[in-house]
Amino acid sequence: MRYTILLHYPELMAQGELDQAAIERGQAAFNRYASDLDAAGVLLSAEVLQPSTATTTVRAVDGDFRIQDGPFADTKEKLGGIFVIEASDLDAALGWAKQAPSVEWGPVEVRPSGIHFENGAWTT
Amino acid sequence: MTDVATTVSRLAKEEGGRLVALLAHRFGDLDLADDSVQDALVEALGWSVIPDQPVAWLHTVARNRAVDRIRRTAARSRRETDAARQQAVLDGPVLNGSGEEEPRMIVEHSDVGDEHLRLVLLCCHPALDRDAQVALTLRLVGGLSTAEIAAAFLTSEATLAQRIVRAKRKIRDARIPLTIPAQLAERVDAVLRVLYLIFNEGYLSRGGADGPRGELVEDAIRLTIQLRELLPHDAEVGGLLALELYTRARADSRFEGGELVLLEEQDRTRWDLELIEQANGVLAEAMTRGQPGPFQLQAVIAQLHANARTAADTDWPAIASAYGVLEAMTGSPVVALNRAVAVGMADGPRAGLVLLDAVTGLERYHLYWAVRGELLLRAGDRDAALPALLQARELAENPAEQRHLDKRIARIRS
Repeated sequence: MRYTILLHYPELMAQGELDQAAIERGQAAFNRYASDLDAAGVLLSAEVLQPSTATTTVRAVDGDFRIQDGPFADTKEKLGGIFVIEASDLDAALGWAKQAPSVEWGPVEVRPSGIHFENGAWTT
Repeated sequence: MTDVATTVSRLAKEEGGRLVALLAHRFGDLDLADDSVQDALVEALGWSVIPDQPVAWLHTVARNRAVDRIRRTAARSRRETDAARQQAVLDGPVLNGSGEEEPRMIVEHSDVGDEHLRLVLLCCHPALDRDAQVALTLRLVGGLSTAEIAAAFLTSEATLAQRIVRAKRKIRDARIPLTIPAQLAERVDAVLRVLYLIFNEGYLSRGGADGPRGELVEDAIRLTIQLRELLPHDAEVGGLLALELYTRARADSRFEGGELVLLEEQDRTRWDLELIEQANGVLAEAMTRGQPGPFQLQAVIAQLHANARTAADTDWPAIASAYGVLEAMTGSPVVALNRAVAVGMADGPRAGLVLLDAVTGLERYHLYWAVRGELLLRAGDRDAALPALLQARELAENPAEQRHLDKRIARIRS
């Protein structure tokens, strides 16, 4: 079963609250995490997102589009990364979620995928 | 109720969980297992004579109903969908490997230990919220009907049914597994917390009369006994069972004519000595395992109370020190409050008040103020005791406790 692991955490890096050494430690931890998932053969895709300040939101309002600066929700913790994995069940997926480096800084959400698009078609 | 209806209701409560567990494991579908066991129980209500092996009968019928349901689903999908989908249903995991083999008959409980434990752990999975854990455990493991659970928790049957449907849907959609997890201890803790919550829900609501809420006490004890059979080497399961038995032994003397009777004023001849003996044995056995834990400690405290012939015989210094260990283990302010009470009894009210001053976070808890008031009263400070008891009265929600506080306040004022 496919699970999407959504990492939420405060954007300390964007706010200049982290020194270079801390940034490098974080990058190394993410690198290790992705490599572990890959080596276990469960990693389907991984994205670490740019800060929410680079986000643009599109909304359909009264038959028109409204383009706005910034993310949809203004919270302390922002969506910062997404890992899509293949796991046998929720316990296995939770096991991987606990190993996400960002779990130290913010909540990690585990959500089963509904359907996904692959080879030109939606599949379950 | 007729004899047959009584027997079926008893079978549902004592054996329903094992049957659901067995079928869920076999067919890999919790909902199907639950529905099929319900089908079998409904059919059992039509018994003209009770079969020699009623559990085996229920198991066979439930299994057959499960296969019927799978066939119906397959037939419907043959009609409605294309050939590929049809093949998937027929060859899918539901029937996989279990279509033809003759199932074993369950007669002995030990035959289904593993499946049963899996079901209990699933119902108390941390991915489900606490209310859902309680409802699922009572429904699937405890064999209670939705109506019985709704009545016990003072909620509507529709709300309760909805809660169970949602929980089952989450189990299916997020694929919460029916397995024995690697970190078993952590998951067993969650089960113990659910069982204790069920017990307390029943115990605290007991007002002398035994309504459906009071029944929860017996349900929780029954489920804890079953869990102990499944996990005979877990000391904390024994600790919880002993705690429940000690508490149950005193439950009937806790109320007189609908009025709350405090521990020191209870008629100890009404305590159930047989249950206390049973609890002593369970606790002694648990404590030989060298795995101390909060439930065993609470049971030790309950034991010290239960084995005191009169209130004056109570070994308060031992109780105070047990609370000290429990407080260090849990960091709970409610435990700290109880410790202050015990120290107040062992070393005098002033010593209790010193500890109470260090307790924080209970400003909205009526018992915090009641304890403060009683300690001040015993220390001879009526003027300070009165506002504390008035505060307790304002926060108390249980009518029996409200009446008790009213009496205390009236006595001070007179």
